[in-house]
Amino acid sequence: MKIIAFACQWCAYRSADLAGTLKYEYPSSITIIKVPCSGRVETEFILKALAEGADGVFVAGCPKNECHYRKGNFVAELKTSILSNILPEFGLESSRIAFLEVSSSDAKKFVEFARNFDERVRSLGRNPIRRYSHEKD
Amino acid sequence: MKIGLYICHCGRNIADVVDIKNLIGYFKDKVNVVRDHLFMCSEPAWEMIRSDVTNKLVDRVVIAACSPYNHEKFFRSALETAGLSKYLLEIANIREQCSWVHGKNKREATEKAKRLIEAAISKVKTLKPLDDLRFEVERSVLVIGGGIAGMTASLDLAKMGFKVYLVEKEPSVGGKLIKFDKIFPLNDCASCVVSSLMAEVANNPMIELITYAEVEEVDGSFGNFNVKVRKKQTYVDWEKCIGCGACTTVCPPKAWKPNEFDEGLSKRAAMYIVSPQAVPKKAVHDPELCVNCGKKKLGTRRFLRGGKEYLTPCEKACPTKAIDRSKSWNPEGELLNFNVGAIIVATGYKVMEKETFKEYAPHSPNVITALQFERILSPTGPTGGKVLRLSDGKKPKAISFISCVGSRDVRYHTYCSKVCCLYMLKQARLVKEREPEIDVYIHVIDVRAPGKDLEEYYIEARRMGIGVIRGKVGGIEELPNGRLRILGFDADLGMPVEVEVDLVVLATAIELPEDSKELARKIGVAVDPSGFLKEDHPKLRPVESTLSGIFLAGCCQGPKDVSETVAQAKAAAASVASLLSKEEIKVEPFIAKVNEEACSGCGICENVCPFNAIKVNEVAVVDERSCKGCGICASCPAKAIDIQGYSAESIIAEIDALVG
Ligand SMILES: Cc1cc2nc3c(=O)[nH]c(=O)nc-3n(C[C@H](O)[C@H](O)[C@H](O)COP(=O)(O)OP(=O)(O)OC[C@H]3O[C@@H](n4cnc5c(N)ncnc54)[C@H](O)[C@@H]3O)c2cc1C
Ligand code: SF4
Ligand code: SF4
Repeated sequence: MKIIAFACQWCAYRSADLAGTLKYEYPSSITIIKVPCSGRVETEFILKALAEGADGVFVAGCPKNECHYRKGNFVAELKTSILSNILPEFGLESSRIAFLEVSSSDAKKFVEFARNFDERVRSLGRNPIRRYSHEKD
Repeated sequence: MKIGLYICHCGRNIADVVDIKNLIGYFKDKVNVVRDHLFMCSEPAWEMIRSDVTNKLVDRVVIAACSPYNHEKFFRSALETAGLSKYLLEIANIREQCSWVHGKNKREATEKAKRLIEAAISKVKTLKPLDDLRFEVERSVLVIGGGIAGMTASLDLAKMGFKVYLVEKEPSVGGKLIKFDKIFPLNDCASCVVSSLMAEVANNPMIELITYAEVEEVDGSFGNFNVKVRKKQTYVDWEKCIGCGACTTVCPPKAWKPNEFDEGLSKRAAMYIVSPQAVPKKAVHDPELCVNCGKKKLGTRRFLRGGKEYLTPCEKACPTKAIDRSKSWNPEGELLNFNVGAIIVATGYKVMEKETFKEYAPHSPNVITALQFERILSPTGPTGGKVLRLSDGKKPKAISFISCVGSRDVRYHTYCSKVCCLYMLKQARLVKEREPEIDVYIHVIDVRAPGKDLEEYYIEARRMGIGVIRGKVGGIEELPNGRLRILGFDADLGMPVEVEVDLVVLATAIELPEDSKELARKIGVAVDPSGFLKEDHPKLRPVESTLSGIFLAGCCQGPKDVSETVAQAKAAAASVASLLSKEEIKVEPFIAKVNEEACSGCGICENVCPFNAIKVNEVAVVDERSCKGCGICASCPAKAIDIQGYSAESIIAEIDALVG
């Protein structure tokens, strides 16, 4: 299982760091890409990750109204929700992508989300794109 | 391109979980140099990286170690001193985001570490040799809040030769301290401590004092912030007002309301001067309270009554004609605009209202907050400093203080408000000094008096006969005769106690004012879970906010006493000075870049940028000073915008490495 998390440098990335400091375990399927703001994440990045075979993608930013760039997290949430609505047209389940708002001190929230998201994606099974390319191999 | 990979053991923090030998074997043929070290953040390891770069063995560096937030700057300096762009570096976070969270499964952790390192290698290959942005520095500072923190910081900066704009939302500076009579631990006169500072900030030629004003907008960044401040309308010509107070006594009682300065214990009129010690000492008109005497609303043309021009009582009272109700005053006030290099936020605190605590009989006028009691003890307060209860003007026979009201309580705040134990002891001692026959009880969970002179202060209070009862108070009952029954617990006796008193003082919790949260949101400073403004690091960067160029001082960062507030204010001033005394500042170059050939000039980026940092004439142009590099504009349909350091190419390279 491969999950990509785009984490903003202010809140989300730091909440994951804090989870580390506190030794809160979460599945190793989750790998983080640091971005300046969740608003940096272009829809293309998410689609690219899924097309390459990621089983799930989530975008994590600061809590509402606490974005260091005023509205980046609103933009990010909007993009992920629009994208998740049209995913079925590509033959993928909507719930393979998600948006998380988390403050830098809320390691618990990050970890709980990470565990649940991993479980949710696991229950969907592997990304059909990857399944398909494997069958071909 | 020659890539060097440096893997840290972090003592056993990483090496116990991640198989470093396995990593070295795996990456040996994928990069030009692989080395490991017990502590990559040590001097010898730094030297090892530097010499590899100097000897041209590597020209891009990947470090697999702890979070970049720990030592990224230190590692960058190794590249820089070796003559390489310090931004040709990428860190794979294999501690916080790997060994520490996957400790139970070493094989999986090692596999994940491989992927994280592969992503960092892919990214480092895409990086460009960037230089820092260099900006001229605006040698001036905005200080928000004119309490003791803001005043101290302003004066220190002014003395070092910086221009200071001190913005205070009330008509006068002074903060909470000007309301107090005495301050612990020396019980020296609060007014003597603060009044001289208030006079100094008003008279220092380097300080522009802007009271009755609020910060509306902050743009730009460290070194050059553009600030918009709204100076609220006072409806009094402050050039003419001499602060005599004649106008403040003539409004009819219908135009009175509870006086904020006395914490609601007295009344003030629609025309008012905040306090007898106000600086600047100028009158303010409150149009919401005004009853428009003689139907002469603000902006009504002059008219005659009985052959003479009609003047409202306030107009008539003013000896200098500072009040003119026929003038068309702009209710929006005035918008001021200026540039500063740095900002200090010093907006202080508020205390919780008693109404929140239903169990403590808040409807009784004889239950008051400690801040209200400060006003009773003050010679400028409603009783002139006499210990009286306001409900009947009688001297109380017994007073109880209740601690931790809203603090150390999971229902409200888990933190300790830190100063309450000591100010309760102070207030109790002042009562005893003035009226030794009054019985005084303090109900506490425990007495917290750490630090110089403070334990001694507590012992002196006990010696004076103040009863300290250890145990939480469950409730307060109001008796038919107006007295109050405290339903407490005495932990030393291990049994419930009941005390009947005439006055109850609640030490309610200290909080960040609601509008400071709003301010924080506007300027981009973070609020931490306790609800106060967040410092960048509690030990290493305690006066820096999370945003570069913005500093914190005083109780807006957390509860503290005056000594700590002043220390923090001086530290903030010194930190600002050390940064602004340079000719230019260097800023990380992670901002938007426009590819002019691809730009179609559609203007979408201009609309989405939260900082007005990108403007489209023929093509989009980024204002390097205002751009904060969030990357929202990079969703450009023509793909004409990229973010340095976080380019689409870099991110896609990472995705490929992590998923592929
Ligand atoms: C009842 C009580 C008694 C105390 N007694 C003592 C004592 O004896 N000894 C002691 O050492 N400490 C005492 N303290 C603590 C002391 O009050 C604080 O340490 C001190 O006042 C902190 O100063 P400050 O400048 O941070 O905040 P404040 O005094 O709160 O000043 C903040 C200033 O900022 C202004 N402001 C707020 N918001 C804005 C805004 N948005 N824009 C512009 N301006 C704004 C406010 O109007 C105010 O002038 C006591 C506290 C309480 C509650
Ligand atoms: S009467 Fe006039 S001069 Fe005196 S305080 Fe009022 S406005 Fe100022
Ligand atoms: S990255 Fe773009 S949207 Fe963000 S601040 Fe810079 S110009 Fe504005």
